[in-house]
Amino acid sequence: MSATAEAPVAPRVPGWRKALGKARSNPTTLVGAVICLVILAAAILAPWIAPHDPAEQDIISRLAPPGGDYPLGTDQFGRDILSRLLWGARISLTVSLGAIAVACVIGGSIGMVSGYIGGRFDLFVMQVMDVLLSFPSLILGLIVVALLGPDLVNLVVAIALTAIAPFARIARAPTLALKERAFVEAGHALGYSHLRIIFRHILPNILPEVMVMASLWMATAVRVEASLSFIGLGVKPPTPTWGGMTRDGFENILDSPWLAVFPGMAILLLVLGLNMVGDGLRDATDPKLRNE
Amino acid sequence: MIWFVAKRLLAAVPTLLAVLTVVFIIVRIVPGDPALVILGDQATAEAAAALRTRLGLDQPMWVQYWTFVSNALTGNFGASLVTGRPILEEVGAVLPHTIDLTLASMVLGVVVGVPVGIWAALHRNGAIDVAARLLSLLGLSFPVFVSGIYLLLLFGLYWRLFPVIGNADLSDFGDRLHKVVLPAVALGLTMAAYITRVTRSAMLHSLGEDYIRTARAKGVPWRRVVWVHGLRNASLPVVTVVGLYVGILIGNSVLTEIVFNRPGLGKIIVGALNQRDYAMLQGLMVIYCFLIVVVNLVTDLLYGVMDPRVKQA
Repeated sequence: MSATAEAPVAPRVPGWRKALGKARSNPTTLVGAVICLVILAAAILAPWIAPHDPAEQDIISRLAPPGGDYPLGTDQFGRDILSRLLWGARISLTVSLGAIAVACVIGGSIGMVSGYIGGRFDLFVMQVMDVLLSFPSLILGLIVVALLGPDLVNLVVAIALTAIAPFARIARAPTLALKERAFVEAGHALGYSHLRIIFRHILPNILPEVMVMASLWMATAVRVEASLSFIGLGVKPPTPTWGGMTRDGFENILDSPWLAVFPGMAILLLVLGLNMVGDGLRDATDPKLRNE
Repeated sequence: MIWFVAKRLLAAVPTLLAVLTVVFIIVRIVPGDPALVILGDQATAEAAAALRTRLGLDQPMWVQYWTFVSNALTGNFGASLVTGRPILEEVGAVLPHTIDLTLASMVLGVVVGVPVGIWAALHRNGAIDVAARLLSLLGLSFPVFVSGIYLLLLFGLYWRLFPVIGNADLSDFGDRLHKVVLPAVALGLTMAAYITRVTRSAMLHSLGEDYIRTARAKGVPWRRVVWVHGLRNASLPVVTVVGLYVGILIGNSVLTEIVFNRPGLGKIIVGALNQRDYAMLQGLMVIYCFLIVVVNLVTDLLYGVMDPRVKQA
């Protein structure tokens, strides 16, 4: 924690500025941020920048190699790969952002409340989280999506479910320490409600840790979504998803390897970009590393 | 030591029970009638009723729960809805393939990850360290099906060094080895990346400790200081990560088996998904969770072996 956290009143986002400044000066983080922003822009601008309709089928140029009218070639239905990649970015980002937002809010609240209340309640809640952690995440996601049916909302639910426990843990640990601090005691003395103390005074202090965790888990969420789509449990066709495109491409790998290579590359780039950002943020906010 | 082991074993029992309960709940929160989900919408009422009886779904909830838990704890994970064979038997038939793959990738991960991690830690912030960090970040970011497909394209189709289909003859060791190389590299890549990072940071931490300075002051050769004094103390976090990684490894092995068309648990899962074999899925989930609980237990016990202080805690 930074020195300002010693103040009797809840400090506002301690070390945030400093951390951001440090992250900015780290080339890895910068490159990662650029990759993520480019993909985000591609997803938002897809309707305007995509050269073709992602569902438009050009039967004459089926499985066309990259070049000419189709910069990255076409798939087995004669659909433009580039356009489908641009539109597919939307699914990847929507599902992973949604899942991490849900996991962050639910897991974070569970962790804070559990740590704040403490005692047997805390022990029980953490035991439940440990049980959730003992499920292999892809298998859990796979079974939940298989049971609920593959659509966007269920994918968000399934991936969020696999990420709640880690968020609860990351939010709980600092809460345990913070609730003993003077500013929390001051809050009690002023007659603030527990909820107000948790969300107005403890939350801003643990936010950096939770946000770093969120950026690292975004990468995992993108990978899990792509993996589920690759298995055939993604958002249903004809909606383009990167994992689904890789799967389709894989079926034609002997004649048209680019079909699997390009969507795979897109997934790799996004995951790499997110990991680079998350890594840089973690180095910047980690109190053990910050003073070096 | 015996007391330590017994305590850990006892602590795993509630976790196992809780895991079973969660699996039970997950399978039962499916909207709609499971019998209809399994048989499809066109099923007749009689067929659905017959299946409900067969699955015990007509019993009260607590009876179902009791049957499920007691069966699972005695090693009875039910039978496949499609083939009718016991799930354990189906799993046992392909298990050697999955074990080959996961073991090979773990060995690869440790053999590559530990030395590279140490090397990077010894050259902190130098070119080697930066390269190791960037490469491990790249390795971590590769979804295993993407690295699998790329490896397959390069070494299987382009250079034709390794077979494309991974159905090995179990009685032929050379064949098993030959066919496990590519999938193990795909699967081991992420593992090696994880281990590199953890080894690096654990070594950095351990090399900064007083006992390292003492060892050097005593005149212990530097090589021995690093590999014995340093690594021994850095091994705890590494073992932790390898233990935690098993959950990811399981998921990734499913994807690897699909890409390389290897027989194994992954193919069983995908088959069960396609055929809506929910009994099989439930059984597999229980088996996987048991496996993870066991791995956690082994990790805990290893702590005790490696660091005697843990036993007293």
